[in-house]
Amino acid sequence: MGTWGKSKLFALRHRTGLAVWVLAVILLGTPLVITNPYNLGILNLIGLYVIVVLGLNLFIGYAGQISLGHAGFFGLGAYGSAVLTATYNFPAWPAMALTAVVMALLALALGVPTLRLSGHYLAMATLGFNYVVHAIFVQWDQVTGGPSGLSGIPPLSLCGLTFDSDIKFHYLVWTAALLALTLCLNLVRSGVGRGLAALAQDEVAAATMGVNVQRAKVLVFVLSAVFASVAGSLYAHYFGYVNPVPFSIFKSLDLVIMVVVGGMGSIWGTLFGVGLITIMPHLLDFFETYMDIIHGLILVVILLFLPQGFITGLVDLIKIRLARRRLAGSGSES
Amino acid sequence: MTSDNHTLLQITALSKHFGGLPALSQVNFRAARGQVTALIGPNGAGKTTLLNCLSGVIRPDAGEILFDGVNIAGLAAHRLARLGISRTFQNLRLFPRLSVLDNVLCGLTIQAGDSLLEALLRLPALRNRERRLKLQALEALDTFGLADKAALPAGALPYGDKKRVEMARAFVSQPELILLDEPVAGLNPEETAQIAGLIRQMRMYGKTMVLVEHDMEMVMGVSDRVVVLDGGCRIAAGSPAEVRVNPLVLEAYLGRMSVTA
Repeated sequence: MGTWGKSKLFALRHRTGLAVWVLAVILLGTPLVITNPYNLGILNLIGLYVIVVLGLNLFIGYAGQISLGHAGFFGLGAYGSAVLTATYNFPAWPAMALTAVVMALLALALGVPTLRLSGHYLAMATLGFNYVVHAIFVQWDQVTGGPSGLSGIPPLSLCGLTFDSDIKFHYLVWTAALLALTLCLNLVRSGVGRGLAALAQDEVAAATMGVNVQRAKVLVFVLSAVFASVAGSLYAHYFGYVNPVPFSIFKSLDLVIMVVVGGMGSIWGTLFGVGLITIMPHLLDFFETYMDIIHGLILVVILLFLPQGFITGLVDLIKIRLARRRLAGSGSES
Repeated sequence: MTSDNHTLLQITALSKHFGGLPALSQVNFRAARGQVTALIGPNGAGKTTLLNCLSGVIRPDAGEILFDGVNIAGLAAHRLARLGISRTFQNLRLFPRLSVLDNVLCGLTIQAGDSLLEALLRLPALRNRERRLKLQALEALDTFGLADKAALPAGALPYGDKKRVEMARAFVSQPELILLDEPVAGLNPEETAQIAGLIRQMRMYGKTMVLVEHDMEMVMGVSDRVVVLDGGCRIAAGSPAEVRVNPLVLEAYLGRMSVTA
């Protein structure tokens, strides 16, 4: 086998890892091209939502469940870090870790009873959770600052480097996002990931293969809550200010729409879904004015025609078409 | 009840009701190690209910299921899978969006491990294990004549292939006991012969199987012992030749006849 053949084999075998590295190199150079702080800010926001939506997509696309409450975990992460650092002068990184641990425990406590529910009931339970969380942000003035929020959250710093500008935060948030992406890609290429994909398609069959369905659902719910919490903490330190508005149930719906556009269970599609939905209102005033209507339309149209989500649905269609062609071509014996 | 080394599965007085309807009443059933035990009976006899109890899909109301001498009645499905019981389904339950290979790999869920942390970090031990399991799955696909279809989404395959994917998925982990729920329903004679051949091949490898099937010719050809259910009760048991001429069995299948000797 020649060098070319060998490198082709290497590329094929490590295609997932290589794809992550290519993305990393692109993101390394992005600030040279996107110099406008406003646009860089949008890219940073995409990085933050990518972390949340990756976790949510594992829960929706892999475990086959629905959550209309992930903005609640995102918000609790942000407020957790905000209150600990701005009000109590806690060091930022331990505050982020502590908040994430508390979020994991909260998700566990919430997940064990609610994940016995399915479909509409689970959607209502998570929606209720988000509603309560948002109400606490608005009402509990002494701690959360009420509707006007909390300010004075210090930027994060690491080894003497303070992430206090859009460009510096770009590198921080995308390092975190690529880390989250790698973890998710690892997970879906393991037995645990296959078990999740299996239970999303047929719980009974998955259980008879040895998948502990209840445990698997709770684990992914906890994992997705931790992702959302860390993204929330990063959000708080980036903006230096939090208020209740971006953590309402409407943000949870936006997150679900990002999953749907990216495609259920598509890790790479998540980047597209988050990117498109985040950029859209900034492209045209029209989109911004009618954002809610457009989001609703996107959701309805995709779910009607490609119930697995946009990217996943397309990929599935192509795969099945190719498979049928191959089966027909080989003159299958049956 | 003791279980000698010859008996892998010993069911005693198993009962299951759905609402007021008895699906199984005090059923006794035994499957010998390394043999094919067929479970036959007319529609609604309780055959699938028995398999569902055995695989933990439903819980029996009463009775004992000794598997290798341990009572497993009422255990959850994933725990029974861990003990080495696997099954196929009457109406296919493949994961249609996963590839054929991934479907078969799902049959190795237990061997793949369930540590979330290990999966997230993709540690070297996991990588090696995944490579080994993949080989094992490819081998099973080869045995079941599906090697060239490994990469295709399972949902796109023709019905006969799907049936064999499900069997490969049930056999790949080399389980102690395999429950086959109507493996040839809906297949043409050629495909039926192929499945019967595979069952005989698995028996030669020493696998213990419980087979639910309506195709009598196939049942008689592959089974060591046949148990007959009717209306949730066991009405007969014996070798295929004995069962074939049992008047109770004929009556259950064909309705009451005046038996003139």
